[in-house]
Amino acid sequence: MFALGTIGLLVRRNLVFTLMSIEIMLNAAGLAFIAAGAHWVQADGQVMFLFILAMAASEVSVGLALLLRLYHQHGALDTDSASEMRG
Amino acid sequence: MYLLFYISGAVAILATVMTITRLNAVHALLYFVVSLLSIAVIFYILGAPFIAALEVIIYAGAIMVLFIFVVMMLNLGERAVEMEGKWLSPGMWIGPEILAAILIAEVVYLLSRQPVEVHAIQYVEPREVALALFGPYLIGVELASMLLLGALVGAYHLGYRKPKALENPDADNTDATRAAAGGDLVRAGHDRPAGAA
Repeated sequence: MFALGTIGLLVRRNLVFTLMSIEIMLNAAGLAFIAAGAHWVQADGQVMFLFILAMAASEVSVGLALLLRLYHQHGALDTDSASEMRG
Repeated sequence: MYLLFYISGAVAILATVMTITRLNAVHALLYFVVSLLSIAVIFYILGAPFIAALEVIIYAGAIMVLFIFVVMMLNLGERAVEMEGKWLSPGMWIGPEILAAILIAEVVYLLSRQPVEVHAIQYVEPREVALALFGPYLIGVELASMLLLGALVGAYHLGYRKPKALENPDADNTDATRAAAGGDLVRAGHDRPAGAA
């Protein structure tokens, strides 16, 4: 179910959208873990989801810092995504 | 119960598809928040209410605030004013609003029939999660803490703006922008096309 969303996400956008799609993919993986942990009644799935959560938080903080840095260097995020960013 | 699961799954997929097809980053973020909330409802239905609460707090709270903050930060300037006018058109929030209303109806329904509820899938208590987390997964907890510390230091280092004397001299077209920004991170990128473009 969520593989569809995940695959669709990876292909599409750049930069801000890339970060968002990475988040969505991590979310899908976490959902798979939770579903598996609920299927076999184990707590391991939720533990793995906690790890995924921590990793997503750290990843997105570093990624956004890099993105700000890039924006300050180049004035735009990309030749493509600048138009997206400005609406 | 299964019907609720499929409804929230459909809401999640719909919101995700809308997320990746929006051209505007803020609209995409709105749909993304709705997607995260629907995934939290799915977690609750699957018998993991603690994880559902964590999903709402950390993902929809912290990470989304971070995203929105950065997107707003990148768009500062006088051209942001007329852009605000475009963003605040009443048509844009109807889609997320409808999806979020579906989710709210589901949650109210779930909570109202809570005493007689038989979970379709068995309930995993937070106590078991905690026992597993601090028992066999203790190394993982330590590694996660190290990762978070590294991310903190890394984000601080990347976000830190050097003083003017230490700046890289080869980026000639951005120096004017930096001088205008005055080293203030929030105001960086201010009136960029009018200045040095």
